[in-house]
Amino acid sequence: MNLRSWQQNNKSTPLAGYNFGFMDDSAKKEVRRSLLKAVAIPGYQVPFSSPEMPIARGWGTGGMQITLSLVLPQDTLKVIDQGCDDSVNAVNIKKFVAKVAAVTSTTDTHRATVIQTRHRIPEEPMTGEQMLVLQVPYPEALRDVEPSELETRRMHAEGDYARMWLHLYEDIVRYGEISISYRYPVTVNDRYIMDPSPIPRWDVPKLHMSETLYLFGAGREKRIYAIPPYTSVIPLEFEDHKFRVEKFPNPCQRCGSTNSYLDEIINDVDGSRQYFCSDTGYCDKRCT
Amino acid sequence: MAYVAVKGGTQAIENACDLLNYQRVKGDSAPLGVDQIQEQLYLGIDRIMSEGGLYAPNLAALALKQTAGDSFEAAFMLRAYRATKPRLNHSIALSMDKMRVIRRISASFKDIPGGQILGSTSDYTLRLLDFDLLEDSTARRQAFREKIFKDLDPDLELPNSFPKVVEILRREGLLIEKPERRKESEPFDITRRSLTYPAPRSASMQSLARGETGGMLTLAYSSMRGYGNVHPTIGELRVGYVPLEVPHPETGEPYLIGEIKVTEAEAVAQYTGGDGPAKFTLGYGLCFGQNELKAISMALLDRTIQAEEGKTPAEDQEYVLSHIDGIEAMGFCNHWKLPHYVDFQSDLDRLRRTQSLEKQQEQEQ
Repeated sequence: MNLRSWQQNNKSTPLAGYNFGFMDDSAKKEVRRSLLKAVAIPGYQVPFSSPEMPIARGWGTGGMQITLSLVLPQDTLKVIDQGCDDSVNAVNIKKFVAKVAAVTSTTDTHRATVIQTRHRIPEEPMTGEQMLVLQVPYPEALRDVEPSELETRRMHAEGDYARMWLHLYEDIVRYGEISISYRYPVTVNDRYIMDPSPIPRWDVPKLHMSETLYLFGAGREKRIYAIPPYTSVIPLEFEDHKFRVEKFPNPCQRCGSTNSYLDEIINDVDGSRQYFCSDTGYCDKRCT
Repeated sequence: MAYVAVKGGTQAIENACDLLNYQRVKGDSAPLGVDQIQEQLYLGIDRIMSEGGLYAPNLAALALKQTAGDSFEAAFMLRAYRATKPRLNHSIALSMDKMRVIRRISASFKDIPGGQILGSTSDYTLRLLDFDLLEDSTARRQAFREKIFKDLDPDLELPNSFPKVVEILRREGLLIEKPERRKESEPFDITRRSLTYPAPRSASMQSLARGETGGMLTLAYSSMRGYGNVHPTIGELRVGYVPLEVPHPETGEPYLIGEIKVTEAEAVAQYTGGDGPAKFTLGYGLCFGQNELKAISMALLDRTIQAEEGKTPAEDQEYVLSHIDGIEAMGFCNHWKLPHYVDFQSDLDRLRRTQSLEKQQEQEQ
């Protein structure tokens, strides 16, 4: 085998023989019905069948199923991973959705109709015409205080959140601060405590009374939940220990933004620290 | 810079995918035929079909070839393929007494009706490397095949079926009755609904049947070794081909669509006191292909998770069922390789804040 024939054999071909959006219609219908239920009960985790996707569990299969069951050919899709359009996970998912659903993709938050994201909410404000699909590793906000699913479902049903509050209180006693950094638990619509997915605290206030529909998909744990537009989303806090977002000592060194979440990057040459916007689409837009 | 921050990540990812394919094809040896894998690595195929939850030997062989022998990845590929197929029907419950048996043993009785059939197994081999296999050849295989059939009587009558050993125990009133659970009108389908706990028995059986062999072995072993007290006897272990029937969509009549190779294990465990007379209890294991380790582990776990109040991990139904799926566990374990810069940044923020609070306190003292 020479290089040319090997190259020939490894050419990627379009995915023939699969349904539009990969999943069969009954599977899509189930996801949509679960989404409707999730929207009707904000913050409640709806169990769904979550069939296997051709990317691994834990790599955004929940978000992918939501996206695939919602996209139409006329949609414009943006996929980000840690704020970045060009990261491994985002590239894989975008490639796959483009292959099976033939949607156009963009890196511009403003132009996208559906945005799938891992661990960030875009800095640019989103509108009521857009949907944000978040990939979720741990749908259960109470998992850190209670490992059993049977028990956490009971706790949610009865609104029994005492152990969660105690957990936060003990944190303050031990560290002088609530030590939860990302995945900061929130109360949705004055009812359910919800895990907002591993977004930084910086992004949590964006969920409150937002114009945009937020959909959360946990593929491995087989749960879907949602925050409909104009829903109250309050991070857990005490009167004397308020919820606080991250602080950065410097503005973005590329676009100069002082109002965005930054990545700290250690310089290869002299080991100094530099700060850049984590949302690369936002940073690019400010630079042009 | 890191692999999330730079542009050009897309091309690097494509190259990584190509390199993976290249590793498999770079050598000078002849390409591995899917038929060779199916015939000669058949136990690997059995394991993949069982964990992938799809009975398709040729596709399993293809998956094993494509993944260069990684059984987790291969099972995952089968499972993902399966997920795109519509569900057409339920089969009619298999009749295990109709199994075309290729191996069948009991550890409870020395002699059983129908006899012990050792069949093909590595149990009694010495684990010595056979260096002759380094020079395997068609002629050598032919000679071995002739030798093995030479002294066999071609007219020997073969039994069609064998009675079940546990039925003997049941007839004598030694075995706990079939539990009087609320009969499930239709089995729970774990591919169409997500598990909630306590899971019905049909859901728990399905989860175990496609669990990962190693994971199930670990949990079952923990119970038999000391974290639990199930000391089982293998009432019967059988391997063979069972006819698979589905109801005809219009008439409802049983309709034979083929046969599947399965391993079935029945573990007789310690008796329970309870209200009535003391009886043995039973754990049941069944999986695609010949995978005795998995079938026995399954039978044990089926027994342990029936504990009223589980005291050990293997006795907790939720613990067992939510951790034995190799495909889920593998995906999640591997996902830690994805960038977590945003989260780590948030962690740094909290840690620095806590450290500064501590310093402040020290100074005040």
